[in-house]
Amino acid sequence: MATTTFSHTRYVISQNLITFGAFGLFLILVLFAIFGTAIAPYDPLASNSAIALQAPSVAHWFGTDQLGRDVLSRVMVATQLDLGIAVLAVALSFLVGSALGTCAGYFGGWPDRIISRCIDTLMAFPLFVLAMGLVAALGNTVTNIIYATAIINLPLYTRVIRSEILIRREAGFVEAARLTGNGDWRIMARHLFPNVLPVMMVHISLNMGWAILNAAGLSFIGLGVQPPTAEWGIMVAEGATYIVSGEWWMALFPGAVLMVAVFCFNLLGDGLRDLIDPRMRT
Amino acid sequence: MRRRRLIKTGMSLAAGITLANGLKACGSAPAPTDSAADAPAAAGGATDATLTVVQGGGFPNSLDLHRVGTNRPAYGVSWAIYDRLMTFGTKTLADGSVSYDYTVLEPELAESWEIAEDGLSVTFNLRKDATFHDGAPVTANDVKWSFDRAVSIGGFPTFQMKAGALESPDQFEVVDDNTFKVTFLTAGNKLTMIDMAVPIPVIINSELVKPHLTTEDPWGAEWLNSNDAGSGAYTIGEFKPNERITLTRFDDWKSGPLPAIQEVILLDVPEAGNRRALLEKGDIDINYDLSEKDQQELADLDAFTVTSVPIENCLYSIDMHTNPELAGAANPFADVKVRQAVAYATPYDAIMATALYDQAVPMYGTGKAEPDAIDWPQPSPYKTDMEKAKALMAESGYPDGFETTLAFDMGTKEWGEPAVVLIQESLAELGITVNIEKVPSANFRSVLVEKSRPMIINNFGGWLNYPDYFFFYAYHGQDATFNGSSYKNPEMDKKIEAALASEPGKPEYDENVKGFIAMAWEEMPRVPLVQPKLGVAMQPNISGYQYWFHRQLDFRQLVKA
Amino acid sequence: MAKQSTAQIIGKRLLGAIPSVIGVIVVTFLLTRALPGDPAAFFAGPAATAEAIAEVRVTLGLDQPLLAQFFIYIGELVRGDLGVSLTTGQTVVYDLTTRLPASLELTLAGLVFAIALALPLGILAATRPNSWVDHGVRLLATAGVSLPTFFTGLFLVYVLYYKLGIAPAPLGRLDLLHSAPPQITGLYLIDSLLAGDLELFGVAAAQLFLPTVTLGLFALAPLARVTRASMLGMLSSDFIRTARASGFPPRQVLFGYAFRNAMLPVITTLGVVFSFLLGANILVEKVFAWPGIGSYAVEALVASDYAPIQGFILTMALLYVVLNLLIDLLYVVIDPRAGVQG
Repeated sequence: MATTTFSHTRYVISQNLITFGAFGLFLILVLFAIFGTAIAPYDPLASNSAIALQAPSVAHWFGTDQLGRDVLSRVMVATQLDLGIAVLAVALSFLVGSALGTCAGYFGGWPDRIISRCIDTLMAFPLFVLAMGLVAALGNTVTNIIYATAIINLPLYTRVIRSEILIRREAGFVEAARLTGNGDWRIMARHLFPNVLPVMMVHISLNMGWAILNAAGLSFIGLGVQPPTAEWGIMVAEGATYIVSGEWWMALFPGAVLMVAVFCFNLLGDGLRDLIDPRMRT
Repeated sequence: MRRRRLIKTGMSLAAGITLANGLKACGSAPAPTDSAADAPAAAGGATDATLTVVQGGGFPNSLDLHRVGTNRPAYGVSWAIYDRLMTFGTKTLADGSVSYDYTVLEPELAESWEIAEDGLSVTFNLRKDATFHDGAPVTANDVKWSFDRAVSIGGFPTFQMKAGALESPDQFEVVDDNTFKVTFLTAGNKLTMIDMAVPIPVIINSELVKPHLTTEDPWGAEWLNSNDAGSGAYTIGEFKPNERITLTRFDDWKSGPLPAIQEVILLDVPEAGNRRALLEKGDIDINYDLSEKDQQELADLDAFTVTSVPIENCLYSIDMHTNPELAGAANPFADVKVRQAVAYATPYDAIMATALYDQAVPMYGTGKAEPDAIDWPQPSPYKTDMEKAKALMAESGYPDGFETTLAFDMGTKEWGEPAVVLIQESLAELGITVNIEKVPSANFRSVLVEKSRPMIINNFGGWLNYPDYFFFYAYHGQDATFNGSSYKNPEMDKKIEAALASEPGKPEYDENVKGFIAMAWEEMPRVPLVQPKLGVAMQPNISGYQYWFHRQLDFRQLVKA
Repeated sequence: MAKQSTAQIIGKRLLGAIPSVIGVIVVTFLLTRALPGDPAAFFAGPAATAEAIAEVRVTLGLDQPLLAQFFIYIGELVRGDLGVSLTTGQTVVYDLTTRLPASLELTLAGLVFAIALALPLGILAATRPNSWVDHGVRLLATAGVSLPTFFTGLFLVYVLYYKLGIAPAPLGRLDLLHSAPPQITGLYLIDSLLAGDLELFGVAAAQLFLPTVTLGLFALAPLARVTRASMLGMLSSDFIRTARASGFPPRQVLFGYAFRNAMLPVITTLGVVFSFLLGANILVEKVFAWPGIGSYAVEALVASDYAPIQGFILTMALLYVVLNLLIDLLYVVIDPRAGVQG
């Protein structure tokens, strides 16, 4: 029995090597997000003009920036903020999107029409510009970056959930629940919603990567977090001006870590999709 | 000593320019030499060279600098395609670079001028051979229309004309086709003549514009925005906002020596790194308005001609809001001890080294409370001294510190961001918790106007190079936009107004200027950091660069070998 | 379920889009008005007094109540007047018409690049599912979509232009010596060919290269994935199995039947990717000094310049509507059954 479980696990892993690799990477990122501040070799905010703009060395693996701050420490500490923004933004749009999508899909009729109309309007916006506009209008704080990212992700969740609910609305198990006297809200919350959750996990994972890129993009055009906070996007944006003068490490390392994080979420999303529904695999 | 030489220079100027008498010398500049002899009269004459230029700080957005919203880079293009009645002379600075000289007025469209004996008017004699780009002769009617436009159109041009007491069309009179008379509101305003040589009073081809005038647009702003109606040394070739502008030499230009460069191509390259790469790869001739870091590193490369000139009458500073209340709460910076403590806690040397790469003139650390010169900007007595700062804090009403916000303009982030981070770190030692607020450029102007932040990084510079002019905008109780501290002190106002009414060389002028500078050091509503430099890097075959107060390139003197 | 004519589909689609467009107009108007910073203070110039700012505010019509401003804006919109951009000094209509082709050319080039890479890769992966080729394609595509475009762009410029000198300078659409071909489509590649100027074509293509690669890499993933999935679905479908069993040559089965039928989802994705790229190339435009509408919108946003932001978002919304319409029509052309959607 034990051996079969083991061999089965081994089979699953061997079939999804990349996914497990990505999962490992994800765990590392989570570790950095939790313990980054504790294990960073230097204070990420402490400047030291004596060692400004030093190339990577044994003392500073990723070099130092224009204020002599350790780039490695800043990259490590930034993990928490970047992942935090992505997680909160995705969670927010997932919650609101689920509520809207479930209502629209389950009730149909005018709630559906109103919600769909609003979502259509949102879709017609150039999304990145909408995010820029929102952050510019509300002020560039972390909270507002989260709101803006959540809003531009909203159509995705609402639409996917709506169509998933629509498919299952008339399904046997829903009928059964209805006949046993469950109310609409209870059916939605207890029976329909848990059913579409696995599919949503895939979207959440893919979306995380996009949320990180989005926040970084906002930082790049100057609508990101306030200095001296360490954040990957802003570090790349700041470092970008130093590339030509030869200080490539300031942009390269945060950029590479940013890329790896997004890469990891994308692979994870793919892998989850395979596990949940191999036929969906693309 | 310096003063006497200045006055002597003033005396030797063209007849009747009384206002140019003995103006103060710039802090870092030596006494000007006799300018006319030194002016590089476009050595070598006209060539068929093409000059390619990229610049920081934005891209020209209009050909009409009277329009609402015309940006500063547009002054450079306007400077080339339009003429003014007069221009300034030039002088050679200590490091060999050439700068305009605001004590010397030279002819441009006007070949001569006389100030009336009563000092209440000036009569300009226009060049008879000057023509606009369409071949029409430049007449006094065009000059009057152009001056009327500047004082009537509203916004910045009208404001700038007012600074020289040029306020109403009634002051401008056409005597005959080639004679134009300006009546002064009062005698002896030292700014009036100079104000007619700044970029604003350009001479526009009025006959060319008139068909495009409408009742909603009586001054042809829409047409002039993208069309050339000038008589300047260059005509507009292509004008594509945010992309490229080409200028072609006007070979019939009579108002000065014909420029050497045949065609100028201005390209919009928003990324500073790309601008530098283009220069290093030899794809462009000039990279203008460099960041401090590029000034330093390009100079070190030794492959380019790099010139950095301190920007006259300009100061980077920390401004602290001085009103007792701000946003309904008590404002710690109303306490002068707190302000002095901040001035002692500011990490000047670190800012100078890491934020400005030593490419600026330090404005701190003399240790002398009483100024001994009337130069402006001049270094403050303060230097970094944590012990003194802590002592002052202990004496203040906030011995345990407080929390505050320091706002800066995103447009200045290259030096502003490292500077505020360093300030934040230093003030933490005094128990002052500083939150940094990076404000997009458009909003920063509102921050200045509203005076809604306890601390800001300010970078005011005045065109007209007088300490009283600077103080009128930065320290006077009229609370102008650039008085970032919202500082109001009747005693200070009295001194500033007295200096404004006087002129350099008179004893009461010196006394008042020294008086208000001493008061600024005592009260410390703003902590001067540095006087910035304007940097340009050119390929080695380019010469003839001159620094101008409007901070734009003057293509007319440049030579490409 | 009656079959609808093409005209009916278009009419219905356009009518259906009206509420969205109105929504976009209202939201955009409110959003621009919510931007902090006072445009009057910004455009009044550095040394303006309170009166000067007030004067500018009147000139800009910003002293009116919000509702009045909105109706003035709508009135102008109806007359086709999108206002004047204070940052560029030109009318927004002029700016958009001169800049939209630049963005379209870049986006189309990016899309063509992505298609040229994604289709073969997708098919390759589909014919060998779960092989190392399949995994390789997946990794490559995922890596492409994981790159922050501004970062990729900057490094490509640094390495290929600054260090190696292979790529041309990031100076926008043409190098220093050339000027634009006579405008017909606004797309320099096409206009230069129409003008018979091969040299100019070469120059424009060279300038387009780096931004295209930067943008195209980003579009690679969705296209490659959809191609693979769709092909995989087709290859395991009954009619392909029948065709195989009937002894048709494999090449003909693959490209003649499977690929043709697998195109439908690819085209849908293409539309989505196109509208996504058109908005997302803002950052690429900024890095390469590309005079498109994306960089235009960013400039305007930073300056709180209302008219261009409104004009840009409205244009994008209309483009989005038109694009969706085109995709629907393309569906009808490829698969006549798709016309029925009662």
